[in-house]
Amino acid sequence: MISKEDVLNIASLSRIHLQDNEIDQLTKNLEDILEYIAKLEKLDVSNVEPTSHVLPIENVYREDKVNSSLGQSAALKISTENQNGSFKVPKVIE
Amino acid sequence: MKLNYLTAHEILDLIKENKTSAQKVYKSVLDQIDNSEKAIKAYANLAERSEISIDENKPFPIPIAVKDNMCVLDQETTCSSNILKGFKPSYDATVIEKLKDSGAIIIGHANMDEFAFGSSTETSCYGPTHNPWDLDCVPGGSSGGSTAAVASNQAIWAIGSDTGGSIRQPAAFCGVVGLKPTYGRVSRYGLIAFASSLDQIGPITKDVEDSAILMNIIAGYDPKDSTSAKPEDALFLNTLSCRDDNYSHSCDLPDFTKALVNDVKGLRLGIPKEYFIDGIDAEVKQAVLDAIERLKDRGATFKEISLPHTEYAVATYYIIATSEASSNLARFDGVQYGLRKIPERPRKSSIVDMYEETRAAGFGTEAKRRIMLGTYSLSSGYYDDYYLRGLKVRTLIKQDFDKAFKEVDAIVTPTTPTTAFKIGEKTSDPISMYLSDIFTISANLSGIPAISIPCGFSRNNLPIGMQIMAKPFDEEMLFRIGYTYQQITDWHKKRVNL
Repeated sequence: MISKEDVLNIASLSRIHLQDNEIDQLTKNLEDILEYIAKLEKLDVSNVEPTSHVLPIENVYREDKVNSSLGQSAALKISTENQNGSFKVPKVIE
Repeated sequence: MKLNYLTAHEILDLIKENKTSAQKVYKSVLDQIDNSEKAIKAYANLAERSEISIDENKPFPIPIAVKDNMCVLDQETTCSSNILKGFKPSYDATVIEKLKDSGAIIIGHANMDEFAFGSSTETSCYGPTHNPWDLDCVPGGSSGGSTAAVASNQAIWAIGSDTGGSIRQPAAFCGVVGLKPTYGRVSRYGLIAFASSLDQIGPITKDVEDSAILMNIIAGYDPKDSTSAKPEDALFLNTLSCRDDNYSHSCDLPDFTKALVNDVKGLRLGIPKEYFIDGIDAEVKQAVLDAIERLKDRGATFKEISLPHTEYAVATYYIIATSEASSNLARFDGVQYGLRKIPERPRKSSIVDMYEETRAAGFGTEAKRRIMLGTYSLSSGYYDDYYLRGLKVRTLIKQDFDKAFKEVDAIVTPTTPTTAFKIGEKTSDPISMYLSDIFTISANLSGIPAISIPCGFSRNNLPIGMQIMAKPFDEEMLFRIGYTYQQITDWHKKRVNL
Protein backbone atom coordinates (compact mmCIF):
# COMPACT_ATOMS: atom_id res chain seq x y z
CA MET A 1 0.00 0.00 0.00
CA ILE A 2 1.20 3.43 -0.90
CA SER A 3 -0.19 6.42 0.95
CA LYS A 4 -0.47 10.02 -0.12
CA GLU A 5 2.30 10.82 2.40
CA ASP A 6 4.57 8.22 0.72
CA VAL A 7 3.96 9.88 -2.63
CA LEU A 8 4.75 13.31 -1.24
CA ASN A 9 7.93 11.94 0.29
CA ILE A 10 9.01 10.30 -2.99
CA ALA A 11 8.20 13.51 -4.86
CA SER A 12 10.36 15.46 -2.44
CA LEU A 13 13.25 12.99 -2.88
CA SER A 14 12.74 13.30 -6.66
CA ARG A 15 12.72 17.12 -6.42
CA ILE A 16 9.35 17.41 -8.18
CA HIS A 17 6.64 19.71 -6.90
CA LEU A 18 3.26 18.00 -7.41
CA GLN A 19 -0.14 19.59 -7.94
CA ASP A 20 -3.02 18.18 -5.86
CA ASN A 21 -4.62 16.36 -8.79
CA GLU A 22 -1.28 14.73 -9.65
CA ILE A 23 -0.89 13.37 -6.12
CA ASP A 24 -4.06 11.27 -6.29
CA GLN A 25 -3.30 10.07 -9.80
CA LEU A 26 0.29 9.08 -8.96
CA THR A 27 -0.75 7.36 -5.75
CA LYS A 28 -3.05 5.10 -7.75
CA ASN A 29 -0.52 4.58 -10.59
CA LEU A 30 2.33 3.68 -8.27
CA GLU A 31 0.12 1.34 -6.29
CA ASP A 32 -0.97 -0.48 -9.46
CA ILE A 33 2.58 -0.77 -10.74
CA LEU A 34 3.98 -1.98 -7.41
CA GLU A 35 1.22 -4.55 -7.23
CA TYR A 36 2.24 -5.78 -10.68
CA ILE A 37 5.91 -5.84 -9.71
CA ALA A 38 5.10 -7.86 -6.61
CA LYS A 39 4.97 -10.97 -8.80
CA LEU A 40 8.77 -11.09 -8.44
CA GLU A 41 8.29 -12.09 -4.79
CA LYS A 42 7.23 -15.54 -6.01
CA LEU A 43 10.80 -16.24 -7.09
CA ASP A 44 13.42 -17.51 -4.68
CA VAL A 45 16.48 -15.39 -5.38
CA SER A 46 18.37 -16.05 -2.16
CA ASN A 47 21.25 -17.76 -3.99
CA VAL A 48 21.31 -15.61 -7.10
CA GLU A 49 23.98 -13.02 -7.80
CA PRO A 50 22.68 -9.64 -9.01
CA THR A 51 23.47 -8.47 -12.57
CA SER A 52 23.83 -4.72 -12.75
CA HIS A 53 25.67 -4.82 -16.05
CA VAL A 54 26.11 -7.41 -18.79
CA LEU A 55 29.64 -6.28 -19.65
CA PRO A 56 32.61 -6.15 -17.28
CA ILE A 57 32.66 -2.44 -16.56
CA GLU A 58 35.80 -0.66 -15.54
CA ASN A 59 36.73 2.96 -15.50
CA VAL A 60 38.46 4.35 -18.57
CA TYR A 61 41.66 6.15 -17.71
CA ARG A 62 43.86 8.29 -19.87
CA GLU A 63 47.25 9.82 -19.41
CA ASP A 64 47.26 12.98 -17.32
CA LYS A 65 48.02 15.22 -20.28
CA VAL A 66 46.34 18.48 -21.20
CA ASN A 67 43.99 18.03 -24.14
CA SER A 68 41.96 20.55 -26.03
CA SER A 69 38.52 21.03 -24.51
CA LEU A 70 35.39 23.07 -24.94
CA GLY A 71 36.18 26.75 -24.37
CA GLN A 72 34.40 28.81 -21.73
CA SER A 73 32.21 30.71 -24.17
CA ALA A 74 31.15 27.52 -26.01
CA ALA A 75 30.33 25.86 -22.68
CA LEU A 76 28.30 28.85 -21.53
CA LYS A 77 26.39 29.06 -24.79
CA ILE A 78 24.01 26.37 -23.53
CA SER A 79 23.53 28.03 -20.14
CA THR A 80 20.11 29.11 -18.94
CA GLU A 81 21.62 32.17 -17.27
CA ASN A 82 25.24 33.26 -16.92
CA GLN A 83 27.23 36.12 -15.53
CA ASN A 84 30.97 36.95 -15.52
CA GLY A 85 31.83 33.67 -17.27
CA SER A 86 29.93 31.50 -14.79
CA PHE A 87 26.59 29.70 -14.62
CA LYS A 88 24.23 31.86 -12.57
CA VAL A 89 21.89 30.14 -10.07
CA PRO A 90 19.61 31.26 -7.24
CA LYS A 91 21.17 31.77 -3.83
CA VAL A 92 22.32 28.39 -2.47
CA ILE A 93 23.22 29.38 1.10
CA GLU A 94 20.38 31.25 2.76
CA MET B 1 9.24 4.17 -58.41
CA LYS B 2 9.98 7.45 -56.63
CA LEU B 3 13.57 7.79 -55.45
CA ASN B 4 12.60 8.13 -51.81
CA TYR B 5 10.80 4.78 -51.96
CA LEU B 6 14.10 3.03 -52.61
CA THR B 7 16.52 1.53 -50.11
CA ALA B 8 19.96 3.08 -49.62
CA HIS B 9 21.72 0.21 -51.38
CA GLU B 10 19.45 0.66 -54.40
CA ILE B 11 20.11 4.41 -54.37
CA LEU B 12 23.86 3.92 -54.05
CA ASP B 13 23.80 1.55 -57.05
CA LEU B 14 21.94 4.14 -59.11
CA ILE B 15 24.40 6.85 -58.10
CA LYS B 16 27.29 4.59 -59.09
CA GLU B 17 25.69 4.09 -62.52
CA ASN B 18 25.19 7.86 -62.85
CA LYS B 19 21.43 7.33 -63.02
CA THR B 20 20.68 9.67 -60.15
CA SER B 21 22.43 11.95 -57.68
CA ALA B 22 22.44 12.43 -53.93
CA GLN B 23 20.91 15.85 -54.54
CA LYS B 24 17.92 14.33 -56.37
CA VAL B 25 17.38 11.75 -53.66
CA TYR B 26 17.51 14.43 -50.99
CA LYS B 27 15.00 16.53 -52.99
CA SER B 28 12.59 13.58 -53.26
CA VAL B 29 12.72 13.13 -49.47
CA LEU B 30 12.03 16.85 -48.91
CA ASP B 31 9.10 16.72 -51.34
CA GLN B 32 7.69 13.81 -49.39
CA ILE B 33 8.09 15.72 -46.13
CA ASP B 34 6.28 18.73 -47.62
CA ASN B 35 3.56 16.37 -48.74
CA SER B 36 2.93 14.15 -45.73
CA GLU B 37 4.68 15.41 -42.60
CA LYS B 38 1.60 17.37 -41.56
CA ALA B 39 -0.32 14.11 -41.29
CA ILE B 40 2.47 11.92 -39.87
CA LYS B 41 4.35 14.33 -37.53
CA ALA B 42 7.42 12.11 -37.58
CA TYR B 43 9.82 14.94 -36.79
CA ALA B 44 10.36 16.87 -33.59
CA ASN B 45 12.60 19.38 -35.35
CA LEU B 46 13.71 19.61 -38.96
CA ALA B 47 17.15 21.03 -39.72
CA GLU B 48 17.26 24.36 -41.56
CA ARG B 49 17.37 23.40 -45.24
CA SER B 50 19.72 26.27 -46.01
CA GLU B 51 22.26 24.81 -43.57
CA ILE B 52 22.29 21.32 -45.08
CA SER B 53 25.17 20.53 -47.38
CA ILE B 54 25.53 17.43 -49.51
CA ASP B 55 28.92 15.97 -50.32
CA GLU B 56 28.51 13.76 -53.37
CA ASN B 57 32.06 12.48 -52.89
CA LYS B 58 31.36 10.87 -49.54
CA PRO B 59 30.41 7.17 -49.68
CA PHE B 60 26.93 7.38 -48.09
CA PRO B 61 25.09 10.63 -48.96
CA ILE B 62 21.83 9.20 -47.62
CA PRO B 63 19.09 11.30 -45.94
CA ILE B 64 18.68 10.11 -42.35
CA ALA B 65 16.39 10.95 -39.43
CA VAL B 66 17.95 10.90 -35.96
CA LYS B 67 15.99 10.28 -32.78
CA ASP B 68 15.60 13.44 -30.70
CA ASN B 69 17.78 12.04 -27.89
CA MET B 70 21.10 12.13 -29.78
CA CYS B 71 23.18 15.30 -29.58
CA VAL B 72 23.80 17.07 -32.87
CA LEU B 73 26.10 20.09 -32.73
CA ASP B 74 24.08 23.34 -32.70
CA GLN B 75 20.83 21.51 -33.57
CA GLU B 76 18.06 21.66 -30.98
CA THR B 77 18.03 18.27 -29.18
CA THR B 78 15.21 17.89 -26.67
CA CYS B 79 14.30 14.23 -25.98
CA SER B 80 10.86 15.56 -26.96
CA SER B 81 10.63 17.12 -23.49
CA ASN B 82 9.76 20.65 -22.41
CA ILE B 83 12.67 20.55 -19.98
CA LEU B 84 15.17 20.59 -22.88
CA LYS B 85 13.36 22.99 -25.23
CA GLY B 86 15.92 25.23 -26.87
CA PHE B 87 18.90 23.06 -25.87
CA LYS B 88 21.51 23.14 -28.64
CA PRO B 89 24.40 20.76 -27.85
CA SER B 90 27.96 21.98 -28.12
CA TYR B 91 29.15 18.63 -29.53
CA ASP B 92 28.13 15.73 -31.75
CA ALA B 93 27.29 12.30 -30.36
CA THR B 94 29.79 9.69 -31.59
CA VAL B 95 27.18 8.11 -33.90
CA ILE B 96 26.43 11.54 -35.36
CA GLU B 97 30.13 12.17 -35.94
CA LYS B 98 30.38 8.82 -37.72
CA LEU B 99 27.29 9.51 -39.81
CA LYS B 100 28.56 12.95 -40.82
CA ASP B 101 31.95 11.46 -41.76
CA SER B 102 30.22 8.93 -43.99
CA GLY B 103 28.30 11.67 -45.78
CA ALA B 104 24.87 10.87 -44.36
CA ILE B 105 22.52 13.87 -44.50
CA ILE B 106 20.89 14.56 -41.14
CA ILE B 107 17.51 15.99 -42.07
CA GLY B 108 16.12 16.37 -38.60
CA HIS B 109 15.41 15.01 -35.15
CA ALA B 110 12.64 12.42 -35.09
CA ASN B 111 9.83 12.57 -32.56
CA MET B 112 9.89 10.16 -29.60
CA ASP B 113 8.24 9.44 -26.29
CA GLU B 114 9.54 11.97 -23.78
CA PHE B 115 12.98 10.72 -22.68
CA ALA B 116 12.07 7.45 -24.46
CA PHE B 117 9.50 6.72 -21.73
CA GLY B 118 6.75 5.00 -23.65
CA SER B 119 5.70 2.54 -26.33
CA SER B 120 3.58 4.77 -28.55
CA THR B 121 5.31 8.16 -29.07
CA GLU B 122 2.28 9.73 -27.36
CA THR B 123 4.19 11.17 -24.39
CA SER B 124 6.17 13.58 -26.60
CA CYS B 125 5.82 17.29 -25.78
CA TYR B 126 5.24 17.79 -29.50
CA GLY B 127 2.19 15.52 -29.55
CA PRO B 128 1.86 12.05 -31.07
CA THR B 129 3.32 10.74 -34.32
CA HIS B 130 0.84 8.92 -36.56
CA ASN B 131 1.36 5.46 -38.05
CA PRO B 132 1.82 5.85 -41.83
CA TRP B 133 -0.20 2.66 -42.46
CA ASP B 134 -3.19 3.95 -40.46
CA LEU B 135 -3.17 7.52 -39.23
CA ASP B 136 -5.48 6.68 -36.32
CA CYS B 137 -2.90 4.25 -34.93
CA VAL B 138 0.30 4.82 -32.98
CA PRO B 139 3.63 4.14 -34.69
CA GLY B 140 4.86 2.38 -31.55
CA GLY B 141 7.62 3.81 -29.44
CA SER B 142 9.67 5.20 -28.17
CA SER B 143 11.48 5.59 -31.54
CA GLY B 144 8.11 6.01 -33.29
CA GLY B 145 9.13 9.19 -35.12
CA SER B 146 12.20 7.41 -36.53
CA THR B 147 10.26 4.36 -37.77
CA ALA B 148 7.38 6.49 -39.12
CA ALA B 149 9.89 8.68 -41.00
CA VAL B 150 11.31 5.63 -42.79
CA ALA B 151 7.92 3.96 -43.35
CA SER B 152 6.48 7.18 -44.84
CA ASN B 153 9.58 7.58 -47.08
CA GLN B 154 10.32 10.89 -45.33
CA ALA B 155 13.82 9.53 -44.69
CA ILE B 156 15.78 6.68 -46.25
CA TRP B 157 17.36 5.67 -42.96
CA ALA B 158 16.81 6.47 -39.30
CA ILE B 159 18.65 5.95 -36.04
CA GLY B 160 16.80 5.00 -32.88
CA SER B 161 17.61 3.89 -29.36
CA ASP B 162 16.30 0.75 -27.69
CA THR B 163 16.05 0.37 -23.91
CA GLY B 164 13.23 -2.19 -23.71
CA GLY B 165 12.15 -2.53 -27.34
CA SER B 166 12.08 1.10 -28.46
CA ILE B 167 13.55 0.30 -31.88
CA ARG B 168 12.02 -3.13 -32.52
CA GLN B 169 8.43 -2.54 -31.35
CA PRO B 170 7.90 0.60 -33.51
CA ALA B 171 9.74 -1.09 -36.40
CA ALA B 172 7.18 -3.92 -36.18
CA PHE B 173 4.25 -1.47 -35.99
CA CYS B 174 5.53 0.53 -38.99
CA GLY B 175 6.67 -2.37 -41.21
CA VAL B 176 10.39 -1.57 -41.25
CA VAL B 177 13.58 -3.31 -40.09
CA GLY B 178 14.84 -2.30 -36.64
CA LEU B 179 17.97 -3.66 -34.96
CA LYS B 180 19.01 -3.47 -31.33
CA PRO B 181 22.70 -4.37 -31.41
CA THR B 182 24.52 -6.14 -28.58
CA TYR B 183 24.91 -3.87 -25.55
CA GLY B 184 28.16 -1.96 -26.01
CA ARG B 185 28.40 -2.49 -29.77
CA VAL B 186 27.48 1.12 -30.62
CA SER B 187 28.82 4.06 -28.61
CA ARG B 188 26.31 5.80 -26.35
CA TYR B 189 28.42 8.96 -26.10
CA GLY B 190 26.08 11.85 -26.81
CA LEU B 191 22.95 9.73 -26.39
CA ILE B 192 20.92 11.36 -23.61
CA ALA B 193 20.73 8.48 -21.15
CA PHE B 194 17.52 6.77 -20.04
CA ALA B 195 18.73 3.51 -18.46
CA SER B 196 22.47 3.24 -18.91
CA SER B 197 22.79 -0.53 -18.53
CA LEU B 198 20.07 -1.16 -21.15
CA ASP B 199 20.22 1.66 -23.73
CA GLN B 200 21.61 0.83 -27.13
CA ILE B 201 21.56 2.79 -30.40
CA GLY B 202 20.64 0.97 -33.60
CA PRO B 203 19.62 1.30 -37.27
CA ILE B 204 16.09 1.58 -38.68
CA THR B 205 15.89 0.77 -42.39
CA LYS B 206 13.64 -0.63 -45.10
CA ASP B 207 15.51 -3.90 -45.44
CA VAL B 208 18.17 -6.07 -43.82
CA GLU B 209 20.85 -5.14 -46.33
CA ASP B 210 20.58 -1.45 -45.38
CA SER B 211 20.65 -2.43 -41.70
CA ALA B 212 24.05 -4.10 -42.17
CA ILE B 213 25.37 -1.12 -44.17
CA LEU B 214 24.27 1.33 -41.48
CA MET B 215 25.74 -0.85 -38.72
CA ASN B 216 29.10 -0.71 -40.51
CA ILE B 217 28.94 3.08 -40.17
CA ILE B 218 27.83 3.42 -36.54
CA ALA B 219 29.32 0.43 -34.67
CA GLY B 220 32.70 0.23 -32.97
CA TYR B 221 34.66 0.81 -29.78
CA ASP B 222 34.67 4.36 -28.46
CA PRO B 223 36.94 5.41 -25.59
CA LYS B 224 34.45 8.18 -24.77
CA ASP B 225 31.89 5.58 -23.66
CA SER B 226 33.08 3.50 -20.70
CA THR B 227 30.53 0.80 -21.57
CA SER B 228 31.62 0.56 -25.19
CA ALA B 229 32.64 -3.03 -25.92
CA LYS B 230 36.28 -3.83 -26.48
CA PRO B 231 37.28 -7.14 -28.08
CA GLU B 232 38.16 -8.53 -24.64
CA ASP B 233 34.56 -7.91 -23.54
CA ALA B 234 33.30 -10.02 -26.40
CA LEU B 235 35.69 -12.71 -25.31
CA PHE B 236 34.46 -12.41 -21.75
CA LEU B 237 30.85 -12.74 -22.72
CA ASN B 238 31.59 -15.61 -25.03
CA THR B 239 33.44 -17.69 -22.49
CA LEU B 240 31.19 -16.82 -19.61
CA SER B 241 27.87 -17.30 -21.19
CA CYS B 242 26.99 -18.96 -24.37
CA ARG B 243 29.60 -19.83 -26.90
CA ASP B 244 30.20 -23.52 -27.23
CA ASP B 245 33.79 -24.62 -27.59
CA ASN B 246 33.43 -25.41 -31.28
CA TYR B 247 32.30 -21.95 -32.10
CA SER B 248 35.14 -19.58 -32.60
CA HIS B 249 33.85 -16.14 -33.27
CA SER B 250 35.98 -13.19 -34.17
CA CYS B 251 35.68 -10.57 -31.47
CA ASP B 252 36.82 -7.78 -33.74
CA LEU B 253 34.32 -5.54 -35.40
CA PRO B 254 33.19 -7.42 -38.52
CA ASP B 255 32.16 -6.11 -41.92
CA PHE B 256 28.46 -6.68 -41.31
CA THR B 257 27.64 -6.72 -45.03
CA LYS B 258 29.68 -9.94 -45.33
CA ALA B 259 26.95 -11.59 -43.24
CA LEU B 260 24.36 -10.94 -45.95
CA VAL B 261 24.41 -14.56 -47.04
CA ASN B 262 21.43 -16.24 -48.65
CA ASP B 263 21.70 -19.49 -46.72
CA VAL B 264 20.24 -20.78 -43.47
CA LYS B 265 20.81 -24.46 -44.15
CA GLY B 266 21.60 -26.34 -40.97
CA LEU B 267 21.03 -23.42 -38.65
CA ARG B 268 19.33 -24.41 -35.41
CA LEU B 269 16.55 -22.00 -34.52
CA GLY B 270 14.57 -21.98 -31.27
CA ILE B 271 10.91 -21.16 -30.71
CA PRO B 272 10.33 -20.26 -27.06
CA LYS B 273 6.99 -21.61 -25.91
CA GLU B 274 6.56 -18.68 -23.51
CA TYR B 275 6.31 -16.30 -26.49
CA PHE B 276 3.32 -18.01 -28.09
CA ILE B 277 0.89 -17.50 -25.24
CA ASP B 278 -2.80 -16.75 -24.88
CA GLY B 279 -3.49 -13.11 -25.52
CA ILE B 280 -1.23 -12.89 -28.53
CA ASP B 281 -3.11 -11.78 -31.62
CA ALA B 282 -4.01 -14.76 -33.87
CA GLU B 283 -2.88 -12.97 -37.03
CA VAL B 284 0.48 -12.08 -35.51
CA LYS B 285 1.01 -15.66 -34.38
CA GLN B 286 0.09 -17.05 -37.80
CA ALA B 287 2.37 -14.62 -39.65
CA VAL B 288 5.35 -15.62 -37.52
CA LEU B 289 4.56 -19.34 -37.87
CA ASP B 290 4.38 -18.84 -41.65
CA ALA B 291 7.77 -17.11 -41.59
CA ILE B 292 9.17 -20.06 -39.66
CA GLU B 293 7.85 -22.41 -42.40
CA ARG B 294 9.63 -20.35 -45.04
CA LEU B 295 12.91 -20.62 -43.16
CA LYS B 296 12.36 -24.37 -42.76
CA ASP B 297 11.91 -24.57 -46.54
CA ARG B 298 15.38 -23.07 -46.84
CA GLY B 299 16.90 -25.73 -44.62
CA ALA B 300 16.84 -24.26 -41.11
CA THR B 301 15.80 -26.58 -38.31
CA PHE B 302 13.49 -25.49 -35.52
CA LYS B 303 12.93 -26.77 -32.02
CA GLU B 304 10.80 -25.66 -29.14
CA ILE B 305 12.79 -24.17 -26.30
CA SER B 306 11.91 -22.66 -22.94
CA LEU B 307 12.79 -19.28 -21.46
CA PRO B 308 11.06 -19.91 -18.15
CA HIS B 309 11.52 -16.47 -16.58
CA THR B 310 9.91 -14.58 -19.48
CA GLU B 311 6.82 -13.67 -17.45
CA TYR B 312 8.99 -11.75 -14.97
CA ALA B 313 10.77 -9.63 -17.58
CA VAL B 314 8.39 -6.67 -17.64
CA ALA B 315 8.32 -6.32 -13.85
CA THR B 316 12.11 -6.65 -13.63
CA TYR B 317 12.55 -4.10 -16.38
CA TYR B 318 10.31 -1.52 -14.75
CA ILE B 319 12.35 -1.68 -11.56
CA ILE B 320 15.77 -1.49 -13.20
CA ALA B 321 14.93 0.94 -16.01
CA THR B 322 13.12 3.40 -13.75
CA SER B 323 15.82 3.22 -11.08
CA GLU B 324 18.49 4.08 -13.61
CA ALA B 325 16.25 6.74 -15.15
CA SER B 326 15.61 8.45 -11.83
CA SER B 327 19.34 8.75 -11.38
CA ASN B 328 20.09 9.83 -14.98
CA LEU B 329 17.34 12.44 -15.01
CA ALA B 330 18.57 14.05 -11.80
CA ARG B 331 20.79 16.22 -14.02
CA PHE B 332 17.80 18.13 -15.37
CA ASP B 333 17.46 20.64 -12.58
CA GLY B 334 17.48 24.11 -14.16
CA VAL B 335 21.03 24.82 -13.03
CA GLN B 336 23.08 24.75 -16.21
CA TYR B 337 20.93 24.36 -19.32
CA GLY B 338 17.37 23.83 -20.49
CA LEU B 339 14.27 25.04 -18.69
CA ARG B 340 14.48 27.00 -15.41
CA LYS B 341 11.40 27.89 -13.37
CA ILE B 342 11.13 29.73 -10.07
CA PRO B 343 7.84 29.50 -8.16
CA GLU B 344 5.90 32.72 -7.58
CA ARG B 345 5.78 32.20 -3.83
CA PRO B 346 8.71 30.59 -1.98
CA ARG B 347 8.05 27.13 -0.46
CA LYS B 348 11.40 25.72 0.70
CA SER B 349 14.87 27.21 0.11
CA SER B 350 15.38 29.19 -3.09
CA ILE B 351 17.55 26.55 -4.78
CA VAL B 352 15.24 23.63 -3.88
CA ASP B 353 12.26 25.66 -5.04
CA MET B 354 13.99 26.11 -8.39
CA TYR B 355 14.73 22.37 -8.74
CA GLU B 356 11.19 21.36 -7.82
CA GLU B 357 9.41 23.95 -9.95
CA THR B 358 11.64 23.37 -12.98
CA ARG B 359 11.10 19.60 -12.86
CA ALA B 360 7.37 19.97 -12.18
CA ALA B 361 6.95 22.18 -15.24
CA GLY B 362 9.48 20.46 -17.49
CA PHE B 363 8.57 16.78 -17.13
CA GLY B 364 5.37 15.20 -18.45
CA THR B 365 3.19 12.72 -16.56
CA GLU B 366 4.97 9.52 -17.64
CA ALA B 367 8.40 10.99 -16.87
CA LYS B 368 7.24 11.95 -13.36
CA ARG B 369 5.73 8.50 -12.87
CA ARG B 370 8.96 6.75 -13.84
CA ILE B 371 11.28 9.05 -11.90
CA MET B 372 9.16 8.51 -8.80
CA LEU B 373 8.93 4.74 -9.24
CA GLY B 374 12.72 4.58 -9.63
CA THR B 375 13.31 6.83 -6.66
CA TYR B 376 11.06 4.59 -4.58
CA SER B 377 12.85 1.39 -5.70
CA LEU B 378 16.20 2.86 -4.73
CA SER B 379 15.10 4.49 -1.50
CA SER B 380 16.22 3.39 1.91
CA GLY B 381 14.13 0.49 3.22
CA TYR B 382 12.93 -0.58 -0.25
CA TYR B 383 16.22 -1.11 -2.06
CA ASP B 384 16.54 -4.81 -1.20
CA ASP B 385 12.93 -5.61 -2.02
CA TYR B 386 12.87 -3.79 -5.34
CA TYR B 387 16.12 -2.77 -7.01
CA LEU B 388 18.31 -5.56 -5.67
CA ARG B 389 15.65 -8.20 -6.28
CA GLY B 390 15.25 -6.83 -9.82
CA LEU B 391 18.97 -7.27 -10.49
CA LYS B 392 18.81 -10.86 -9.26
CA VAL B 393 15.87 -11.74 -11.47
CA ARG B 394 17.80 -10.12 -14.31
CA THR B 395 20.46 -12.78 -13.72
CA LEU B 396 17.84 -15.52 -14.02
CA ILE B 397 16.51 -14.06 -17.27
CA LYS B 398 20.00 -13.84 -18.70
CA GLN B 399 20.75 -17.42 -17.67
CA ASP B 400 17.64 -18.57 -19.57
CA PHE B 401 19.24 -17.22 -22.75
CA ASP B 402 22.70 -18.60 -21.94
CA LYS B 403 21.14 -22.03 -21.62
CA ALA B 404 19.02 -21.68 -24.76
CA PHE B 405 21.97 -20.60 -26.89
CA LYS B 406 23.78 -23.81 -26.00
CA GLU B 407 21.15 -25.57 -28.11
CA VAL B 408 20.25 -23.07 -30.81
CA ASP B 409 21.94 -20.46 -33.02
CA ALA B 410 19.09 -17.97 -32.83
CA ILE B 411 15.61 -17.55 -31.37
CA VAL B 412 12.54 -16.57 -33.42
CA THR B 413 9.48 -14.89 -31.86
CA PRO B 414 6.84 -12.29 -32.66
CA THR B 415 8.20 -8.78 -31.96
CA THR B 416 4.93 -7.66 -30.36
CA PRO B 417 1.79 -9.47 -29.18
CA THR B 418 -0.47 -7.29 -31.38
CA THR B 419 -0.32 -4.96 -34.36
CA ALA B 420 -0.36 -1.16 -33.82
CA PHE B 421 -3.06 0.02 -31.42
CA LYS B 422 -5.18 3.16 -31.68
CA ILE B 423 -3.92 6.54 -30.51
CA GLY B 424 -5.26 7.14 -27.00
CA GLU B 425 -6.16 3.48 -26.43
CA LYS B 426 -3.60 2.78 -23.70
CA THR B 427 -2.60 6.21 -22.39
CA SER B 428 -4.65 5.96 -19.21
CA ASP B 429 -3.45 2.44 -18.35
CA PRO B 430 0.34 2.43 -17.85
CA ILE B 431 0.58 -1.31 -17.23
CA SER B 432 -1.17 -2.32 -20.45
CA MET B 433 1.17 0.08 -22.26
CA TYR B 434 4.19 -1.52 -20.54
CA LEU B 435 3.01 -4.99 -21.57
CA SER B 436 3.24 -4.12 -25.27
CA ASP B 437 7.02 -4.57 -24.80
CA ILE B 438 6.66 -8.03 -23.30
CA PHE B 439 8.63 -9.80 -26.08
CA THR B 440 11.38 -7.23 -26.55
CA ILE B 441 12.47 -6.40 -22.99
CA SER B 442 14.43 -9.58 -22.27
CA ALA B 443 17.01 -8.84 -24.98
CA ASN B 444 17.90 -5.58 -23.21
CA LEU B 445 18.09 -7.22 -19.80
CA SER B 446 20.43 -9.88 -21.27
CA GLY B 447 22.40 -7.54 -23.53
CA ILE B 448 21.88 -9.72 -26.61
CA PRO B 449 21.26 -8.45 -30.16
CA ALA B 450 17.76 -8.66 -31.64
CA ILE B 451 16.14 -7.53 -34.86
CA SER B 452 12.55 -6.99 -36.01
CA ILE B 453 11.75 -7.79 -39.62
CA PRO B 454 8.41 -7.31 -41.44
CA CYS B 455 6.73 -10.71 -41.87
CA GLY B 456 3.14 -9.96 -42.89
CA PHE B 457 0.13 -7.72 -42.66
CA SER B 458 -3.11 -8.02 -40.73
CA ARG B 459 -6.54 -7.93 -42.37
CA ASN B 460 -6.61 -4.21 -41.45
CA ASN B 461 -3.42 -3.74 -43.45
CA LEU B 462 -1.22 -3.17 -40.40
CA PRO B 463 2.35 -4.52 -40.46
CA ILE B 464 3.48 -7.52 -38.37
CA GLY B 465 7.05 -8.02 -37.16
CA MET B 466 9.13 -11.12 -36.52
CA GLN B 467 11.88 -10.84 -33.91
CA ILE B 468 15.13 -12.77 -34.17
CA MET B 469 17.53 -12.84 -31.21
CA ALA B 470 21.11 -14.12 -31.24
CA LYS B 471 24.12 -14.60 -28.98
CA PRO B 472 26.06 -11.57 -27.75
CA PHE B 473 28.07 -9.94 -30.56
CA ASP B 474 26.50 -12.17 -33.20
CA GLU B 475 24.52 -9.56 -35.14
CA GLU B 476 25.84 -11.38 -38.22
CA MET B 477 23.53 -14.29 -37.44
CA LEU B 478 20.55 -11.90 -37.46
CA PHE B 479 21.62 -10.42 -40.79
CA ARG B 480 22.11 -13.86 -42.31
CA ILE B 481 18.68 -15.15 -41.30
CA GLY B 482 16.95 -11.86 -42.11
CA TYR B 483 18.65 -11.54 -45.48
CA THR B 484 17.73 -15.10 -46.45
CA TYR B 485 14.14 -14.48 -45.39
CA GLN B 486 13.96 -11.31 -47.51
CA GLN B 487 15.20 -13.19 -50.58
CA ILE B 488 12.09 -15.41 -50.46
CA THR B 489 9.48 -12.88 -49.27
CA ASP B 490 8.58 -9.33 -50.22
CA TRP B 491 6.90 -7.86 -47.14
CA HIS B 492 9.81 -5.43 -46.89
CA LYS B 493 9.04 -4.12 -50.38
CA LYS B 494 5.60 -2.80 -49.51
CA ARG B 495 5.44 1.01 -49.40
CA VAL B 496 2.82 3.41 -48.13
CA ASN B 497 1.48 5.86 -50.69
CA LEU B 498 1.07 9.24 -49.04
